[in-house]
Amino acid sequence: MSEENELSQIFEILGGDFGHAGSVSTKVKEILKEVGIDPSIIRRAAIVAYEAEMNVVMYARKALFALTLTPGQIHFKIEDEGPGIPDIELAMQEGFSTATEEMREMGFGAGMGLPNIRKNADRFLISSLVGRGTMLSVYFFLNQESRG
Amino acid sequence: MKLKDIIEALGLKVLTAADRLDVEASGGYTSDLLSDVMANSREKNIWITLQTHQNIVAVAKLKDLAAVILVNSRTPEAETMKKAEEEKIPLLGTADPAFIISGKVYNLLGQKE
Repeated sequence: MSEENELSQIFEILGGDFGHAGSVSTKVKEILKEVGIDPSIIRRAAIVAYEAEMNVVMYARKALFALTLTPGQIHFKIEDEGPGIPDIELAMQEGFSTATEEMREMGFGAGMGLPNIRKNADRFLISSLVGRGTMLSVYFFLNQESRG
Repeated sequence: MKLKDIIEALGLKVLTAADRLDVEASGGYTSDLLSDVMANSREKNIWITLQTHQNIVAVAKLKDLAAVILVNSRTPEAETMKKAEEEKIPLLGTADPAFIISGKVYNLLGQKE
């Protein structure tokens, strides 16, 4: 596993930019497809990328989405500048959402974002500082389907 | 069943990506919640919804859906049409409400998810 085998790319996501929402996850999915990742892993990674991107669009000011691909794993790191999450345990509960009425009318705010991310990741870490932002770190293991 | 045959059988209006109708539909999924569709729809499903804003195109693209049927004669926003054309996602229109059109698609495709 030499460093030449590592691919990494960073994307910027803007909060409130519903017009371009989904474009980063679409790009990430295309990259994973191009390098020949197993379709079942791409399906899970696309869900995670989309939910993470939408969380930034809905709640944060902006974020960097870093994709790192090594022979053994895919890693997403999404670090935002935003309000942070006061109670992560509550935010992880399916159905809990702080979305506005307007967002709900658009079909967002089902309270499924973070649960969908956790469900589809092999490894999932979240940390948040109220008033500063939230960091998600998500791994997909390429060599075995076992979840850690 | 091919998407184009479903369109013909149900009299759906093709709004975008008319050159992408020669695909086999794997089943259908009816929901207006985007995260629900992300989590539970399957590849080449037909998605039935009342949402018409442009984010439906990203969801359809990310999930490799066959098409999106917009119910109750809802017209997609201009940006949605443009994006769907760019991403080659067929948007289909019907005057039927979601329950009725879901039933019709179900009758054609059977119990496929």
